[in-house]
Amino acid sequence: MNVKSIARKAILPSIAFALALFVGGLVIGLTDSRVLSKISSPISFIKIFASTVGNAYLALFQGAIFDPNLAEGHSFLTGFYPLSQTVVNAAPLMLCGLSVAIAFKAGLFNIGAQGQFILGAIGASYVGFHFKLPIVVHILIAIFAAIVLSALWGGFVGLLKAKTGAHEVIVTIMLNYIAANFLLWLLGTSAFLRPGRLDPLAPPIAESARLLRLFGQNYSVNVGIFISVFVAFLFWLLINRSTWGFKTRAVGANSSAAKTAGISVQKITVGTMLIAGGLSGLAGAIHVLGFQYELTADVAGSFGFDAITVALLGRGGPVGVVLASLLFAGLRVGGSTMQANVQVPVEIVLVIQALVVLFIAAPGLITRYLKIKNLESGQEMASKGWNG
Amino acid sequence: MKNKQVVSALAKKRTRNLVIMAVLNVVSFILFAYLPGKSQNVTFNFVLGDEWVIIHSWIIGSKFGAYCFSGLAVVFLGVAFLRARQGKKLGASALAYALSIFIAFMCWAAAGAAISVTGLLQGGLFLAIPLVFGSLSGLICERSGVINIAIEGQLLAGAFAAGVVGSLTQNAWAGLLVAPLAGALISLLLATFAIKYAVDQVILGFVINVLVIGLTSFASQRVLTTDSATWNSSPIFSTIQIPVLSKIPLIGPIFFSQTIIVYMLYVIVAVIQLSLFKSKWGLRMRAVGELPVAAESVGIDVNKVRFRNVLIAGLVAGLGGAFFTVGSSGAFSRQMTAGMGFIALAALIFGKWTPLGAVAAALLFGFADQLRTVLSITGTPIPSEFMVMVPYIVTIIAVSGFVGKVRAPASDGIPYKRGGSH
Repeated sequence: MNVKSIARKAILPSIAFALALFVGGLVIGLTDSRVLSKISSPISFIKIFASTVGNAYLALFQGAIFDPNLAEGHSFLTGFYPLSQTVVNAAPLMLCGLSVAIAFKAGLFNIGAQGQFILGAIGASYVGFHFKLPIVVHILIAIFAAIVLSALWGGFVGLLKAKTGAHEVIVTIMLNYIAANFLLWLLGTSAFLRPGRLDPLAPPIAESARLLRLFGQNYSVNVGIFISVFVAFLFWLLINRSTWGFKTRAVGANSSAAKTAGISVQKITVGTMLIAGGLSGLAGAIHVLGFQYELTADVAGSFGFDAITVALLGRGGPVGVVLASLLFAGLRVGGSTMQANVQVPVEIVLVIQALVVLFIAAPGLITRYLKIKNLESGQEMASKGWNG
Repeated sequence: MKNKQVVSALAKKRTRNLVIMAVLNVVSFILFAYLPGKSQNVTFNFVLGDEWVIIHSWIIGSKFGAYCFSGLAVVFLGVAFLRARQGKKLGASALAYALSIFIAFMCWAAAGAAISVTGLLQGGLFLAIPLVFGSLSGLICERSGVINIAIEGQLLAGAFAAGVVGSLTQNAWAGLLVAPLAGALISLLLATFAIKYAVDQVILGFVINVLVIGLTSFASQRVLTTDSATWNSSPIFSTIQIPVLSKIPLIGPIFFSQTIIVYMLYVIVAVIQLSLFKSKWGLRMRAVGELPVAAESVGIDVNKVRFRNVLIAGLVAGLGGAFFTVGSSGAFSRQMTAGMGFIALAALIFGKWTPLGAVAAALLFGFADQLRTVLSITGTPIPSEFMVMVPYIVTIIAVSGFVGKVRAPASDGIPYKRGGSH
């Protein structure tokens, strides 16, 4: 893959993102009372409109990457504290995004990253607080437990699909709710209750199971990001350089042709969902062991759902997913700062995310109205019915 | 030959169902009747308001009740067995069996407490109303061949629009009028991208939900909460007591003491059920959802029919959304639909893509939710988190083909190009 083709692949997402930011800006500006009060005089209206939107996006940037206010009086590097937060959140998002992406490769739609993440977080957390083990071993066993639990959770979907034809979208939607309620119940049981507390909160993760922080205790960025990027590399190897990956892509492109060619679609389906589950579970482990340090009812936040938009924005490829997860994590983290500093609700980030994916999913829309030629098609997967 | 296979497959399934029922019956005897240590009284209350009274309340010992109704279940199981041997459908006997087991369960779960049966059923219907609207919206879309994951977004948009407009005009009717339009607007998005641009409909529905959640939550935070007196305090519909009918014991307070939205729902359910199977509109809908190429060959514009039906579905779901604001609480709050759109989708699937099936499933899910609330108050051996899971688990069981064959319309989710490649 040369630079030119990468650049061409990036055109559509970039345009989509710019358009989404533009529409998001309209929404921010047109819902601001100070902006609306100036609607009678066009010049000052445009001025205050631009400054309101500009301030909002500036706050977003400061909250996501670099904040000069934090650097004041300290070293210049202190200003990058927000970037550390972004990267910490990008790591699990990346893994969940890869989980959704690998399912795309086999023509499956994994909406279940959220539930698989929860199972992973449960496994990692239990090992993390319950056992006393030496430092590296503890982390490895916790991660192993997370991957096994979540891979089984995901693999179950693949098994149902392969054996009975149950559609993975329906099953994963339902399993997400089941996982969330299972976690809620678990946190109330004596095994997971923190001594001295009655609220749903598991005991803290032992020091020996916490992931190493890279730049000292003040910055939460940890080795999780390296693990995630390395897994993205493994993803690329698996999909593009292995027989199994070839078979998976064949099934994803045309499952009946793959079947005719002697590929066991059932095996690929189960295998892919096992891996997809494991990836989301690893995300849960990294989030709990690297950042959260405890299991709570909303430990999964919206990682599993954002992952779908990440995989779509990243065009289903590892490089795309890595970049898209950094972008969306930045939006999330920066969005909170924006809400705190300029009182623009963080939910605008959801709007921007949805619009980006909408613009990408409908390449006809952009090519038709912007007259841009030679775009790589944005269709990640062909439309299939419930029975397909 | 083929016929024989079908018959034997049916018989096999029936035998398996009977075995499952028998096992459940044994569990019922052991768990509900035998195991509990001492018997406590269970009180079932039947009177809620000013309806005519036949029985006021009924008190029974928990162990005795569990034994009685588990025993009654054995009787119905026997009837079901005889019917199966004659090659008939289990039908009513299975239903009576399930009811007996359920009462045995209630004797166990509510031991030492009082349960308002009428209140339980009324609350169940209340929770089921948005589900029914939502599942009917899904039904119209999917029977036309367009997958609708965006039910959640349609409900939420309807709730938001009804709340805001009802509040600005201080008129619940105005809210009710706008809500279907908001739902249809979401449908317009769905239809345009799904039909015109042939975007994958699952992805599309998912993204539309995110968009609607984002927009409504944003607006709620930025506008509604800053001046809630103007923006977010809609009047609500009061309940209308239907004369005479609302006085019928049990049935009256449940079905005939409701708001206008619920009465509209009754009409909509009847209209959809009738027109889906008896009208030109319904025939065309099923044709473009099952075999669009055949529909086109007789001159039907497949995509036009689909487009129109997706819009109609939006109207239905939007109206259902109004129930959240002008129909009950009056104020809009962020993500107030709380995943109900997905349970509605589950109800549609569990109801095998038929109107009455979807309605029954929605009622069942609503009832299960209300039962969970009631039992968590009275205190029960089952963690409430597991009761929440019931709709999700039964849906997975349903799509896995363990209870009859669940099959979506053949062309559901497949975009159609003129000339028909499918």
